[in-house]
Amino acid sequence: MSTVAVKPSPAGKILWAAIAIVGAWCLGVVALRRGEPINAIWLVAAAIAVFVIGYRFYGKFINDRVLQMDPTRATPAVLRNDGLDYVPTDKWVVFGHHFAAIAGAGPLVGPVLAAQMGYLPGTLWILFGVVFAGAVQDFMILGLSVRRDGRSLGNMLRDELGPVAGIVAMFGVLVLMMIVLAVLALVVVKALTHSPWGTYTVACTIPIALLMGVYLRWIRPGKILEVSIIGLILLLLSIWSGAAVAASPTLAPIFDFDAKSLAWLLIAYGFCASVLPVWLLLAPRDYLSTFLKIGTILLLALAIFLAAPTLQMPAVTKFIDGTGPVFQGNLFPFLFITIACGAVSGWHSIIASGTTPKLIASEGEARMIGYGGMLMEAFVAIMALVAAASLHPGVYFAMNSPSALIGTTAQDAATAISQWGFVVTPDELLTTAQNIGEKTILSRAGGAPTLAVGMAQLLHGIIPGEGMMAFWYHYAILFEALFILTTVDAGTRVGRFMIQEIAGLVHKPLQHTESWTGNLLATAICVGLWGYFLYQGAVDPLGGINTLWPLFGIANQMLAAVALMLATVVTVKLKRERYVLVPGIPAIWLVICTLTAGWQKLSGPISFTAAAQKYAQAAADGKLLAPAKSVEEMQRIVTNNYVDAALTGIFMLLILTMLGFALNAILKAWRINHPTAHEEPYVALGSVPTR
Amino acid sequence: MNLPDLQAIRKWAVQTARLCCGIPDYDVYVQHLRTHHPERPVPSYKEFFRERQVARYKGTGGRCC
Repeated sequence: MSTVAVKPSPAGKILWAAIAIVGAWCLGVVALRRGEPINAIWLVAAAIAVFVIGYRFYGKFINDRVLQMDPTRATPAVLRNDGLDYVPTDKWVVFGHHFAAIAGAGPLVGPVLAAQMGYLPGTLWILFGVVFAGAVQDFMILGLSVRRDGRSLGNMLRDELGPVAGIVAMFGVLVLMMIVLAVLALVVVKALTHSPWGTYTVACTIPIALLMGVYLRWIRPGKILEVSIIGLILLLLSIWSGAAVAASPTLAPIFDFDAKSLAWLLIAYGFCASVLPVWLLLAPRDYLSTFLKIGTILLLALAIFLAAPTLQMPAVTKFIDGTGPVFQGNLFPFLFITIACGAVSGWHSIIASGTTPKLIASEGEARMIGYGGMLMEAFVAIMALVAAASLHPGVYFAMNSPSALIGTTAQDAATAISQWGFVVTPDELLTTAQNIGEKTILSRAGGAPTLAVGMAQLLHGIIPGEGMMAFWYHYAILFEALFILTTVDAGTRVGRFMIQEIAGLVHKPLQHTESWTGNLLATAICVGLWGYFLYQGAVDPLGGINTLWPLFGIANQMLAAVALMLATVVTVKLKRERYVLVPGIPAIWLVICTLTAGWQKLSGPISFTAAAQKYAQAAADGKLLAPAKSVEEMQRIVTNNYVDAALTGIFMLLILTMLGFALNAILKAWRINHPTAHEEPYVALGSVPTR
Repeated sequence: MNLPDLQAIRKWAVQTARLCCGIPDYDVYVQHLRTHHPERPVPSYKEFFRERQVARYKGTGGRCC
């Protein structure tokens, strides 16, 4: 991949024309064929073609014109080389590192939820969202940070938009993080509710990680790969032995919990895990989850290519009208909120301005890492969508609809779902549950279980065998739970540092991260914040995900909008106004989506306010609405909904404030006729002595 | 494929895997110390590993949702 402008050869032109034609053909099949199910390979091929073309042309355009990346310019890694954080590193190594950091549970959950509208809306948003918004954000923020000594998003906002804008954005990041932790923990709760097998295997990860921690500390220090292999073998053993636990009448009840108890267990776990030394629990589990994540993504890709499943979900379902059971709201704006990671994810702007810009050896490599890395993540999202859409739609809706809509027995669920037009028999639901070694598959929203069943079916199609479905299902659950718990643990620590920093403004000694008082206090506040939302999700009338995922989506897209606003401001400040629409259009699109979604969650039939009023009215009439069993529980649901409404209001206010700061900075810069961006001065790569 | 190629691939894979876990390349660090800070003591891999393990979780934790 040459960064020097070369005129394309005739052969090159023919090749790109061929890719474009094949891609357009595949996309046409995906988008236009109705009535007969299509094979997933069409979708995958269309995605690859769109990504390759997007990378070659739009990515290069941004590289050459908008960011004007210059391979002769020394990067922070070269200029500030300290052998630790700032190290010029091989581009493939940086790519691997960057991808491992941006890929999480998000791209696996959002597309699964969005599949309720059919596979087409989600596919189109992922494909075009990533090319024109997500990858643009990641690449541009990376590019800006590389030009600014590898500064963080918050610092860059402070420099370019003013100190207040920086503080507002950091506050937004803290709130976003609490929602992320709560919603991810809720995914685990949903997957493990009344599943002794799943709960047992996930519980086993704790002693396994402790063992790995001790091994790495004293027995074989620093041998990460070795210990990870041992850990993996122990994990597989725990999945295998889980079947026996689930079948045992004495052991199974020990690991059988309802949603509320699981929420409390996770809160207690989050607190303990984040005050223990990192080497004991967090780090070893982090290693295991990183390798397992990459391995599982490869496994999923292999399974899709080998099994080549037929998409059973219709291209578009009737639920685009906003009446869907998985999440409420119309296609616009809620599809664009539900699929965040995979199409565009604000969180990536923190990674792209974190460790990655300090490792890049040449500006010419930023496109591959920033733009290319995000395209890879979009591919993961496409695979998750394929896994969900290749399930029987009846099974999909049984797993993802709240029990308030489909009841709690296979009979009721099959009747309700068949009435929606997705004919399914109680037998089919029971057989699926039996195949995966669970008692029920009903109302397990949150993406992980659906993806697990999808993956289990794909893998079972390739490697058949008695009981293998159940093994693969619990493998997939374990893999998601493992890295979600790592995120919860690491995120609680980061939240704790942020809270300690804020508390330090009031009382200086609280800032010391070594102090046990400040440490425990800040951890308790942090766990309390996300724990509140987690518990709220566990007792939510619509099952929690239905309520919390839109809140998460709004927050994540809000951060993406802020990052793209920064990119827009800098583009104008560099006096490259004619390219202002490159980051400007996705920024405006995300502002429109988040504000519309926010408004609909604030007032109107699907709002938190409406839900609060419904429960308050019923309570006033002396009635009890499910799942509340007492007046106090009714009151709690009312309060929870008002809290969610207030939070939505805060997010909207935050984005409007940032929009104000951005517009102000743009107008100012537009009037001045010379560049005003805070870039570090040019230093030629050749003039820096090599290490 | 001959032997040096395989070794290069192995080194690349190990380096990537370690960096994904927040552990930079030890050899590069040692070389950096020797060239630029010959007065500083060179830590053993064990010491280096422990320091980096703790450092990883001080910032944003370097991971996404």
